[in-house]
Amino acid sequence: MGEVKNIILVGVGGQGTILASKILSEGLIRAGHDVKMSEIHGMSQRGGNVSTQIRFGKKVYSPIVGKGEANVIVAFEKMEALRWVEYLKEDGKMVINDFEIPSVPIQQEIAKYPEGILEELAEKAEVLVFKAGEIAEKVGNAKTMNIVLLGALTKAMDLPGIDWEAVIRANVKKGFEDINIKAFHAGADNAKL
Amino acid sequence: MKILMTGNEAIARGAYEAGLTVASAYPGTPSTEILENMVNYKDDIYCEWAPNEKVALEAAIGASIAGARSMAAMKHVGVNVAADPLFTFAYTGVTGGCVLVSADDPGMHSSQNEQDNRNYATSARILMLEPSDSQEAKDFMMLGLELSERFDTPVMLRMTTRVCHSKSMVEIGTRIEKPLIPYERKIAKYVATPANGKVMRKQLIERLKRMEEYSNTASINKSEYNGAKIGVISSGVAYQYAREVFGEDASYLKLGMTFPMPMDLISEFAGKVEKLYVVEEMDPYIENHLKMAGIQCIGKEVIPEMDELNTDIVRKAVFGTSTETLKSEKTAVGRPPVLCAGCPHRGFFYALRKKKNIIITGDIGCYTLGSAAPLSSIDTCFCMGGSISAGHGAAMALKKGGSDRKVVAVIGDSTFFHSGVNSLMDVVYNRGNSVSVILDNRITAMTGHQQNPGTGYTLMGEPAQEVDIPMLCKAIGIKDENIYTVNPLLLDETGKVLNEALSKDEPTVIIARYPCILKAFSAQDKEEFDLSPKKCYIDQEKCIRCKVCVKTGCPAILSGEQITIDQGPCTGCTVCMQVCKFDAIREVK
Repeated sequence: MGEVKNIILVGVGGQGTILASKILSEGLIRAGHDVKMSEIHGMSQRGGNVSTQIRFGKKVYSPIVGKGEANVIVAFEKMEALRWVEYLKEDGKMVINDFEIPSVPIQQEIAKYPEGILEELAEKAEVLVFKAGEIAEKVGNAKTMNIVLLGALTKAMDLPGIDWEAVIRANVKKGFEDINIKAFHAGADNAKL
Repeated sequence: MKILMTGNEAIARGAYEAGLTVASAYPGTPSTEILENMVNYKDDIYCEWAPNEKVALEAAIGASIAGARSMAAMKHVGVNVAADPLFTFAYTGVTGGCVLVSADDPGMHSSQNEQDNRNYATSARILMLEPSDSQEAKDFMMLGLELSERFDTPVMLRMTTRVCHSKSMVEIGTRIEKPLIPYERKIAKYVATPANGKVMRKQLIERLKRMEEYSNTASINKSEYNGAKIGVISSGVAYQYAREVFGEDASYLKLGMTFPMPMDLISEFAGKVEKLYVVEEMDPYIENHLKMAGIQCIGKEVIPEMDELNTDIVRKAVFGTSTETLKSEKTAVGRPPVLCAGCPHRGFFYALRKKKNIIITGDIGCYTLGSAAPLSSIDTCFCMGGSISAGHGAAMALKKGGSDRKVVAVIGDSTFFHSGVNSLMDVVYNRGNSVSVILDNRITAMTGHQQNPGTGYTLMGEPAQEVDIPMLCKAIGIKDENIYTVNPLLLDETGKVLNEALSKDEPTVIIARYPCILKAFSAQDKEEFDLSPKKCYIDQEKCIRCKVCVKTGCPAILSGEQITIDQGPCTGCTVCMQVCKFDAIREVK
């Protein structure tokens, strides 16, 4: 519990990063950690980048993570992984959803979606890449993609002793508890770094 | 019980537990969620959206005079609007405790400037508290109401974006009921005529002395002594960064009350350390107090005086060291905010863009995004309500200077109610000729869909009398034939109305009325507008890839080897269909 650890979840508006962070924080609180969490969303209602930063340990001061300080970054979208890479610790890990959401300048052909992101990031850091959306679909609900990624994160981060199933049950929509728990385990099973 | 809360949630909770009775606010990032959370306590607290921040503070002042604990919340620039009552409220003092929450935005996450509102406390001479996390946000809100009554002063609770929006653990308590303080007429206290004002002015100076004495002994100004080598004075979220960067080897004086400053406490602390740092965001506020008292310290010569701080910036500034970071040669393309697919503003701006020889003055709201390419249809933006008055001034200058250029002012519904309505009086009263456009999307959209005087509902969810905008314009003196109401998604009609308005040498108003596509539609919206789900698609056989549709800036239109419409975000607003000259865009039937 001693040293403060930092997790950053990054994605695009509407991908469910906020719910995933909420479940994550609650799990960490139940495990007795001091937790601080910061959400930053862009100005637009839709399509802006979204990031949540979670810090936990014995005593947390700053609510935000500095550059080069994240133990794990979970990128719900590929280009967001690239945007946030300088926040990763040199020995940090990245969980990347192999999924592209072009931004407006790309849609309008003013800019190009960068190529070879995954290859480059894999050279620099320990990365786990998988298609969370496809796993979510296999589980039976594409919308559980965020929980698939959360499952992968808890494995990558090595966070034992937390009853994630109970936390998920308490936080997801009624009637969707079981499918989300299934998604969580499917994500955790894919997290082989 | 401890729960994870944002600073804004914690303020609402603190207000509730401290027996608050009235809360008024105008929405503005990062303060909006304070009142949105206050609604959870509506059985005990009356809460409202005021049309602007001045009105919000005045409502809180009135509630205090009537004997209740009250508060007003606003973003930093809102305090500029509320400054007029604030400065005299400092003279009169309170009956029920009254707290003004100022939510500053270092780094300008969603603001037009990054002014440091701690300077208001010094200028107005009101007690100021600065929380550094959610627990303190709750505790200081409660303490603020208490100190307000104890010292007979309004209290400013100064928040910043990170304290408002970050979550940390908060201990929850129960509500202490605060019955109304029985009303007594106190004319000498509350009627600020020059004669009374002079007495109040003197009392204010005496009150300052008492407040400074308290500040020197207040438990929220606390020192942590870890040796003489380095001392750090800090407040707000900057303390959290400093505490982490300097670690266990430095001594700290953490200030929870930053006006009046605890100068004795500071001198004592300064005397105990060899090297003294002041770590604060934005202005050298604490630092200047130290320097005026002749206390040597290191502050803004190393700590940046603009943008928000973080541990990395403080570490680099103080120790010259930085954490190693991974770099990439590739650049992530930005995700700039854009008008949403189906936004009614898009149709209006597309029609407006075609008009030449005009100046377009803009305002604060989603429609400010109309300034960005490809629409590029707004020339100015500086403050709430400024478009119509600046537009009028520009029109008069052009007229006097012999130019035939005309002016179109663009403002949203909530912003019009905020202060644009006064500006429209200026246009009419002073015989202007600008075109004022009210983009009435039936909600306060930018801050996340708050009700306003034109939507028919209150913050507490009760039905309300709506402001009738055409009737209001008429009452101000706009002629009947110069008031146009148009559906901005109909481009030809909007273009024609603009031409007609621009051709007149008298004040005109265009009301572009269509609901924000993301709002929860009211029964009235559904009755008035066809809001049934629709989609458009591109017939690839007919599309010649001229990209006119792309120039509407709609995020649902994807350019590439083929131009396509993303069916997810598309709302079938048909703006792209109307601009297509090749009949290649159709509605999905």
